[in-house]
Amino acid sequence: MSFTLEESPTTGDEVISNYTINFGPQHPAAHGVLRMVMELDGEIIERIDPHIGLLHRGTEKLIEYKTYLQALPYFDRLDYCSPLAMEYSYVLAIEKLLNVEVPLRAQYLRVLFAELTRICNHMLNIGSHVMDVGAMTPNLWLFEIREDCLTFFERASGARMHSAWFRPGGVHQDVPLKLLTDIADWLDTRLPELFDDAMSLVVDNRIFKQRNVDIALVSKEDALAWGFSGPMIRGAGIPWDIRKAQPYDVYDRMDFEIPVGTNSDCYDRMMVRVEEVRQSARIMKQCLEQMPEGPVLTSDRKVAPPKRGEMKSSMESLIHHFKLYTEGFHVPAGEVYVATESPKGEFGVYLVSDGTNKPYRCKIRPTAFSHLQAMDFMSKGHMLPDATAILGAIDVVFGECDR
Amino acid sequence: MTKVLHSAPRYASFEGVLDSLLSRLGDVIVASKEEHGEIVLTVKRDEIENVLRTLRDKEQFQQLMDIAGVDYPSRAERFEVVYCLLSVTRNLRLIVKVSTDEATPVPTVTTLWPNAGWYEREAYDLYGVLFAGNTDLRRILTDYGFQGHPFRKDFPLTGYVELRYSEEDQRVVYEPVRLAQDLRQFDYQSPWEGPHYVLPGDEKAEGPKV
Repeated sequence: MSFTLEESPTTGDEVISNYTINFGPQHPAAHGVLRMVMELDGEIIERIDPHIGLLHRGTEKLIEYKTYLQALPYFDRLDYCSPLAMEYSYVLAIEKLLNVEVPLRAQYLRVLFAELTRICNHMLNIGSHVMDVGAMTPNLWLFEIREDCLTFFERASGARMHSAWFRPGGVHQDVPLKLLTDIADWLDTRLPELFDDAMSLVVDNRIFKQRNVDIALVSKEDALAWGFSGPMIRGAGIPWDIRKAQPYDVYDRMDFEIPVGTNSDCYDRMMVRVEEVRQSARIMKQCLEQMPEGPVLTSDRKVAPPKRGEMKSSMESLIHHFKLYTEGFHVPAGEVYVATESPKGEFGVYLVSDGTNKPYRCKIRPTAFSHLQAMDFMSKGHMLPDATAILGAIDVVFGECDR
Repeated sequence: MTKVLHSAPRYASFEGVLDSLLSRLGDVIVASKEEHGEIVLTVKRDEIENVLRTLRDKEQFQQLMDIAGVDYPSRAERFEVVYCLLSVTRNLRLIVKVSTDEATPVPTVTTLWPNAGWYEREAYDLYGVLFAGNTDLRRILTDYGFQGHPFRKDFPLTGYVELRYSEEDQRVVYEPVRLAQDLRQFDYQSPWEGPHYVLPGDEKAEGPKV
């Protein structure tokens, strides 16, 4: 193969035409299976066309064939880095249609574990973002914290990742007291120690700043128009947090702050997450202080099953248990859109019920969909290696994006 | 108005919001309801772009969070396209719907929100809803070269084809789907509430009395 190079009329340099490359689908910095067709001018990105859907499993279709309770574990498998945050929107959507009251202790437990999920998710994201731009050590240290979080999930639900612990009407089981005291100890000692250690390597690091500051600037107007949410919109300087603005469960009793960025670049997005970890720890401490004793699942037997012991002595409980685990509960006809603040942004569920025991339609609003769409305009004019920094700061997980 | 018992996200008050939207948008609204703590507007299909522009510019619904397709095969216009809007200044959410069928396109809203592009592509991919004016209406979630629209209610859950890596051809090949066991579909209709089918062996019950 031979080709001739043109000469530029002004400088006499050789003119190289744009060329296209594939970024991914199997690339460690693509955070999963993302294929980006990139048009490059030398090393400058001219255009990015992200191709998604390589992890499409038809979750929404599968949900239509399952009862409301059977569909719950699918949500763990959407964003597998923050499983409980995914369940949260779904159970709240069902509760909104059913208009069922959740016991106070269950609300505290859900907030506690949703914030633990946030810490767990940010550990993975901050770590991999830092690793994408060239630092190895912080990632390993942060995985230490993540490991602790996963152990806590395991002690609460029996599963490290796919907990299926939030249920319509509360949570599946109460947690042992020792777990709560261990979490409190961990929040006071291990978390700040490990996290501050790891962050001391990163936040003022010259190389890290060179790779992130002033990369992918997004104006407030653009952030709104492109449907940004979560750390992406807060990084752009808009103090929008669903936990504060549209509080669910006991978030309105919590005292916490919303960090916002000033410069709206990748560094700000990352620093928003760093501060969110500290605020999450603050919320968790308040949960542990205020959490009352009591039931953790609604006593409405048409929604939540009775206790196992009760079932063995009462015929009515046995019938309720049998009906709930075969037919499931029926949800009144109607439609709701419920969105919660997942660690990655607004995670919404548009749930249509036709009055039967299965969802008629369950549209999942992934956070990554609008963020990833903005890849093109955010990366335009940046260098090829910046694409990994931008992608890392978006925080994409393809289980959720592709569904 | 039933008492709110659930603890789902609480927006700002809906007091008077529906009325002011009705008076501003007027006759383009086909139906409206306030149910389960959501305001749902159904508008004329051809007016959707204007309606959403008014909502964005005049009513402060700055963000388009989602576009969902829904399939109701029994209706004359079987598809619904559902736009979920968010106002960050008024702290409100709003659901706007239009209906359409397989052949009639819905005006695109990529002119209002750039992120509508992928949402419309998704509705097109999964339901086959067409969007007039969307310049990039490619498939998005399904495989390259996929045929059909998988989220339609008449599309089987198992699909029509399955993939396998063929050692002879040294590539992935498509084959018609073969199930070792029938997909189990349970009927939850209680026999006491009247099943709509004849129980095996019970044909005489419906037949003429001898």
